[in-house]
Amino acid sequence: MSDQNWPLWEVFIRTRNGLSHRHVGSVHAVDATMALHAARDTYTRRGEGLSVWVVPSASITASDPADKDMMFEPTASKIYRHPTFYEIPDEVGHM
Amino acid sequence: MYTQALNTQDQAPSAASDPLADARFQARVDAEERIEPNDAMPEAYRRTLTRQIAQHAHSEIVGMLPEGNWITRAPSLKRKAALLAKVQDEGGHGAYLYAAAETLGTSREQMEEQLLSGAAKYSSIFNYPTLTWADIGIIGWLVDGAAIMNQIPLCRCSYGPYARAMVRVCKEESFHQRQGYEIMIALARGTPAQKQMAQEALDRWWWPVLMMFGPPDKDSQHTESAMRWKIKRFTNDELRQKFVDATVPQGHFLGLTFPDPALTFDAATQHWNYGEIDWAEFKRVVAGDGPCNRQRMKQMRAKHADNAWVREAATAFARKRRQRAEAMPIAAE
Repeated sequence: MSDQNWPLWEVFIRTRNGLSHRHVGSVHAVDATMALHAARDTYTRRGEGLSVWVVPSASITASDPADKDMMFEPTASKIYRHPTFYEIPDEVGHM
Repeated sequence: MYTQALNTQDQAPSAASDPLADARFQARVDAEERIEPNDAMPEAYRRTLTRQIAQHAHSEIVGMLPEGNWITRAPSLKRKAALLAKVQDEGGHGAYLYAAAETLGTSREQMEEQLLSGAAKYSSIFNYPTLTWADIGIIGWLVDGAAIMNQIPLCRCSYGPYARAMVRVCKEESFHQRQGYEIMIALARGTPAQKQMAQEALDRWWWPVLMMFGPPDKDSQHTESAMRWKIKRFTNDELRQKFVDATVPQGHFLGLTFPDPALTFDAATQHWNYGEIDWAEFKRVVAGDGPCNRQRMKQMRAKHADNAWVREAATAFARKRRQRAEAMPIAAE
């Protein structure tokens, strides 16, 4: 029983205020409290963070890399969404 | 540290490979794109990487044993604090690496089981004993120094999670090597007995450290696929030469002598030439017949068995808290 697989948690750390939390790795833990402790011990031994999130890995829904063309292609073809698509005379200056 | 896994033949039957998919994969690797966990990849790439990262993780964990041996006997509080922090880092490195390997679909428990059953290997270097305090200095200076040589190119490995784990590991290894070299300086500038202790440690460890880089290129037929997949960026002999060139002047600064009469500086190539490595010894140690192989495995198995109650207690405690939390709303009604 002791050797049954413990749930996997993904770890996110905010390195300092003003930055968003960033994925750093994962830990195994029986519950959220233990996952937080394990994440602190594993990923913040040298002041790497001010805030830690742990999320059950099973709760993450991810896009399939095989679908990446279907998912993300439209952003490439809609060039009119970018500011450089529009011509502004040089005399107008920086805009 | 420890790319020795890339030198062993993969025995698993090769899954039916799709030449078109393999070519697409190789094109991505050639374009220096990083491969991420859910991406399509050839089965052989997945297997090779899983074995490599797991062996690397096992090496970090087993590597805690020779150093842990000296925590209670460190010569000062400063050295003891540093050694404790270093051994804790090695455990952390093992954890980063297991996490990276798990993204390829093998659970940490499976990898742990393979280590304890002897099916998986760890770096040959940890089958040598730490007889004196000077060995702790040598491990930091040379063993971690060799590890850094090996791990810096791994930060650019084609597999994203492994490369990212290596970036974290490399930042911490620098502390390990510097604290080891500082121990060596203290001994080399100490009493004649301390200097002799430093020299004897160098004599014991120099050749096994050179073996860490794996067999010579002419005998290492598996380097080719690891290089093609950009798991490995330099061959065993290239890394070994870089290490020797960087390390010999550091040893001379300490006033120590390397146990190799053939060690000479070649002014034409600007490299240090070194003598013949005893590959028969390397093969013996990898096959399980080094000075400490049996002791290390015994310690690992004992640790796993002795800690079973902690895992059971944590699981039971989590279950109890969950049940209480579930019972709460009912009690409140």
